[in-house]
Amino acid sequence: MDLKKFLKKISEATGISGFEGNVRDIIQEEFRQRADEVWQDNLGNLIALKKGTEEPENRVMLAAHMDEIGLIVTGLEGNGFLRFAPVNGFDIRILPGQEVTIAGIELLKGIIGCRPPHLQTPEEAEKVIALEELFIDTGLPGGEVEKKVKVGDAVSINREVVFLSKNFLAGKALDDRASVAVLVGVLEALQKMKHNWHIYAVATVQEEVGIRGASVCAHGIAPKLAVAVDVTQGDMPGISEITTFPLGKGPTILIGPNVHPRLQELMVQVARHYEIGYQIEPCAGPSGTDASAIQVSREGVPTAVVGIPLRYMHSSVEIIHLLDIERAIKLISAFITRLDEHPEWKQKETFFPGKGKH
Amino acid sequence: MELKELSEASGVSGCEEEIRKIIQSHIENWVDEIRVDSLGNLTAIKNGTRQSHRVMLAAHMDEVGLMITSIEKDGGLRFSKVGGIDDRVLLSKVVLIGAQKVPGVIGAKPPHLLKKEEKKQVVKVDQMFIDIGASDKEEAEKMVKVGDYATFYTRYEDWGTVVKGKAFDDRAGCAVLMEVLKENFPFTVNGVFTVQEEVGIRGARVAAYRLDPVVAFVLEGTTADDIPKKKDLSPCTVLAKGPALSYMDQTVICDRQLFNFLVSTAEKNRIPFQIKQLPSGGTDGGAIHLTRSGIPVAVISVPCRYIHSPATLLHKEDFSNTVKLIVQALHRFKKEFIK
Repeated sequence: MDLKKFLKKISEATGISGFEGNVRDIIQEEFRQRADEVWQDNLGNLIALKKGTEEPENRVMLAAHMDEIGLIVTGLEGNGFLRFAPVNGFDIRILPGQEVTIAGIELLKGIIGCRPPHLQTPEEAEKVIALEELFIDTGLPGGEVEKKVKVGDAVSINREVVFLSKNFLAGKALDDRASVAVLVGVLEALQKMKHNWHIYAVATVQEEVGIRGASVCAHGIAPKLAVAVDVTQGDMPGISEITTFPLGKGPTILIGPNVHPRLQELMVQVARHYEIGYQIEPCAGPSGTDASAIQVSREGVPTAVVGIPLRYMHSSVEIIHLLDIERAIKLISAFITRLDEHPEWKQKETFFPGKGKH
Repeated sequence: MELKELSEASGVSGCEEEIRKIIQSHIENWVDEIRVDSLGNLTAIKNGTRQSHRVMLAAHMDEVGLMITSIEKDGGLRFSKVGGIDDRVLLSKVVLIGAQKVPGVIGAKPPHLLKKEEKKQVVKVDQMFIDIGASDKEEAEKMVKVGDYATFYTRYEDWGTVVKGKAFDDRAGCAVLMEVLKENFPFTVNGVFTVQEEVGIRGARVAAYRLDPVVAFVLEGTTADDIPKKKDLSPCTVLAKGPALSYMDQTVICDRQLFNFLVSTAEKNRIPFQIKQLPSGGTDGGAIHLTRSGIPVAVISVPCRYIHSPATLLHKEDFSNTVKLIVQALHRFKKEFIK
């Protein structure tokens, strides 16, 4: 896999929560080349199975979400203007001046417009532009827009990926498509490695609207173990260092109630053994990643979480470091091969003999 | 039209070299002489076929942008605005810095880490920084330096009836002027691509002094304000209604005879036009009309939505009608119109 090329392709693809078709097609192509079977479930999760040598019930699930935050058309204004609302966690202050793509009958371009500074009073410039005052300009003449766009069409931000110095890369939707690239990388690495467990790599849907895709997908696969890969807050000025992680120092390994402690230990052991840079990410509750749902699926699934540090999350200029992705690929694929040394993970429960007499 | 190349070129006020070279390479094929003065104004001289008096046509080639003011310990870049930019369009945008066009992004704090009150506050330019992916000051200094200019990274695109790009204020005017320079007129035409309009109309002042023309026509990309609003306000200009004629703006009251002359030219030739309704903004006309003992000035603009932001729109027919109007006006123009 040409990592840079693939990241550019999936970052620039459209695919807001519930409308993941476009990005899914691209991922499907890559999955097919590296897995034994690829299919979609009812919600649109894309699942790749790479078979191991064990009995079919020994399944490990890898999850990364492919949906991105976005907007939805809520009204047509005539004269080519559209009203919209965010589908999920946007800071609306980043919206003025953005270019967007509207997935109508065809893909349409637009600009989120605002009045030029010449026509503003000083007081206006001090106020955040409210959602009600924002609109999308398609540049289409009156009457035309009605033929091409309808209320409920998905809108995603346009942003060409920019390669910054060395290994830094900026773009939209790298939350969490950076981790989708990790899954593709792991499938590729495992082609050259022996692994007993069956690998179910899943590009999940609708994470950004409440971790919905992963919850049904985990039920469907019923894995014995799972690893969720998601982005985590990267360091930036103005934010306490405790909550963020530097870019380029390796992926994070989550520790906390959302993670099985033995799996977490094994992950750290593997990182140390293969000298893969990593950072420990303490997380005091449900992680807010796909792991939050997977861990409590069916009768419970031991789960680990690997994080990719990312700056400016949920903006259109999210930044990641390529080395962090490469290290995460190494870490997770090595972790999977090392599972074979731990037959205890094949047990769903631990039994202790009782002292009562029958 | 060369609008794509003009729009995508960098040329923040005070650093117009790149855009100037592009314009020069095109117009040298059809003008008699080109001069660059000490401020960087590019003047194209096209000799008249019969008369020796001079008509000045001005379009500014500079654009609003940013300037790097300091490099922080962590490799982040602090910056100032060059010209009028709304702070609220800066977050989450890509910029290109310096002659090498080093890409950088203006980062925004993730919504997850924002306090409720923060979301209601405008992020001011002095709280922002550009991230070029440098891990520290030393690394950043190898890529950029204090004083480097930055522009928005926006591609030019044709959307059918309209086109999208940055800096249509005033690269639209530059493109109109380039078209006009292809024509021959009985009098001498001085086409000036001015500098530093966005920082106080500084280039046009010295260019007008040097040329001492009988009249000047200023070609602009002006505010189109035909967008949804809360209150019903008259729009400044409207897309697709033709070139906008200014009767005045914040810097000049336009010469009434020239204004009427343009109106009658448009009517006679059935060229659609509109009168800019709000006298907002300033133009090179502000400096030119006060030069020497005063120069009559008219301002003709291509309406553009969202000027001074990363992405602006103009209507292709407005562009061609602007060219048509100014060309027709110049063919009719006689010195005696101005008394």
